[in-house]
Amino acid sequence: MLELKGISKTFNPGSLFEKKALVNINLSVEEGEFISIIGANGAGKSTLFNAISGSFLTDEGSIVLDGEDITFLPDHKRAKTIGRLFQDPLRGTAPAMSIEENLALASGRGGWLSSISKKDKEDFRERLSALSMGLEDRMKQPVGLLSGGQRQALTLLMATFNPPKLLLLDEHTAALDPATAERVLSLTDRIVKENRLTCLMITHNMQSALVQGTRTLMMDKGRIIYDVKGKERETLSVQDLLEKFRENSGKDLDNDRMLMV
Amino acid sequence: MLSTILGLGSTALELGLISSLTVLALFLSYSMLNVCDLSTDGCFTLGAVVGAVVAISGHPFLSIPAAMGAGVLSGLVTSLLQTKMGIDSLLSGIIVNTGLYSVNIALMGGASLLNMNKTDTVFTKLKSLLSSTPLSSAYRLVVAIFFVALVVAFLSFFLRTRLGLSIRATGDNPDMVKSSSINPAFTTIVGLCISSSFTALSGCLLAQSQKSVNVTIGSGMVTIALASLLIGRAFMGKGSILKRAVGAVVGAFIFRLVYTVALRFNLPAYMLKLISSVIVIIAISGPYFKKRKDDWVRIHGKKKEGANA
Repeated sequence: MLELKGISKTFNPGSLFEKKALVNINLSVEEGEFISIIGANGAGKSTLFNAISGSFLTDEGSIVLDGEDITFLPDHKRAKTIGRLFQDPLRGTAPAMSIEENLALASGRGGWLSSISKKDKEDFRERLSALSMGLEDRMKQPVGLLSGGQRQALTLLMATFNPPKLLLLDEHTAALDPATAERVLSLTDRIVKENRLTCLMITHNMQSALVQGTRTLMMDKGRIIYDVKGKERETLSVQDLLEKFRENSGKDLDNDRMLMV
Repeated sequence: MLSTILGLGSTALELGLISSLTVLALFLSYSMLNVCDLSTDGCFTLGAVVGAVVAISGHPFLSIPAAMGAGVLSGLVTSLLQTKMGIDSLLSGIIVNTGLYSVNIALMGGASLLNMNKTDTVFTKLKSLLSSTPLSSAYRLVVAIFFVALVVAFLSFFLRTRLGLSIRATGDNPDMVKSSSINPAFTTIVGLCISSSFTALSGCLLAQSQKSVNVTIGSGMVTIALASLLIGRAFMGKGSILKRAVGAVVGAFIFRLVYTVALRFNLPAYMLKLISSVIVIIAISGPYFKKRKDDWVRIHGKKKEGANA
């Protein structure tokens, strides 16, 4: 489904601030896989997502998604097949526009001069009510009035409105309070399962990195240092994960944001 | 006395309506697209000049699409500079504005003034058309109302289409536009081309109603239009696109009315631009100072409490 071959990216090359953000990343993702990614701050997790979604072009390597070489495709074109959620719940929606207007843009339906039809509205209402947040009765309200959790749930709905080939979740629940985070997370699970989406998720929660999904990657200094799935992963504990990190990176996993439990 | 007031009102109404087309252009570029288009002055003059040249050559009706087409070209250049050539959006406007000064004089054949006293314009055409009807004395208003209604109707339709929504989202959250697989550079280009065509239309109509074009006809228009836009927002508040567009027109009228009345009280005409500057300063800094005032009260109020205790 997704093939990364020899991806490298260096920021500010040749300067004092040179940063090797990604170093020869090779990754092959199967269709329907749900991969959780962990690692310390600055390990290159978000940079990896930026490379996949086209925020910048990589220095080396190629990216193939579902048989199509997207290495040099501009980001807005990749967005057709790649959905992405950020940690910041404000990033995925237009605050001054109404819920239904945001959804209309995400749906990508109709020609440039078509407007929101009655049928569209019914469809939006149905999808919104599946979130069970009462948003279906507030479709005319500007998104800026919603809470962070509601906005993130709406962003999730928008990113998966037309099921993408690949869904990138960049700590999308980290800025929410625990109860809301739980809710958005179970919502994510449901949407991913319903649409059989292929999904990569960055998380700081070691426990959910092992519980959620089908495969776990560990990153350090722009490299993938540990990749586990199947039987081996099922028996893995958080303690084992920390041990693996020490083994593969030669240091302790030191991150005050990392949740060990 | 009453006739003076009515006369003042109708002059303000006519001028307000014509300049409201520029306010509607800023409504699109400034309020929706979040781009402060500083090429507005030059573009306004461009519309006036192109409209006048075409009218003088004997095509009064062709002058309107010609002026608007020239506006689209000007908007295209401004938007390409900022989306495809890495030039800051404010600077793009200033650069185009400067360049247009030469273009405008060149279009007038090297002169800085064109006279249309004996030229057939859309206004004179309508005057002869309405000569035997009760509207005969209000022909200038009819022309102005016609175009303003057309532009308001267009905007309230267009800004609800998918393209219109993408333009609004570009000003609101460009990241979200990208993730909807739409190129924000494209929406910026379309938005600025449309808004510039309205600005040029506005200039074209003002020139034809005054029967002359001076190369400085558009100078200060961006500030005047911004002042009108902000006045309109204060009066009409938020709401549907239609309501906000009407608010822009109302703002333009109020601005002209206040200005016309001020002229009656012997305020010299050259004060117009200073007044518009002050209005823009107040309208934009007002909310800022209101917030600062709360902080100020909190900081200094607390000190006092401390001193008393």
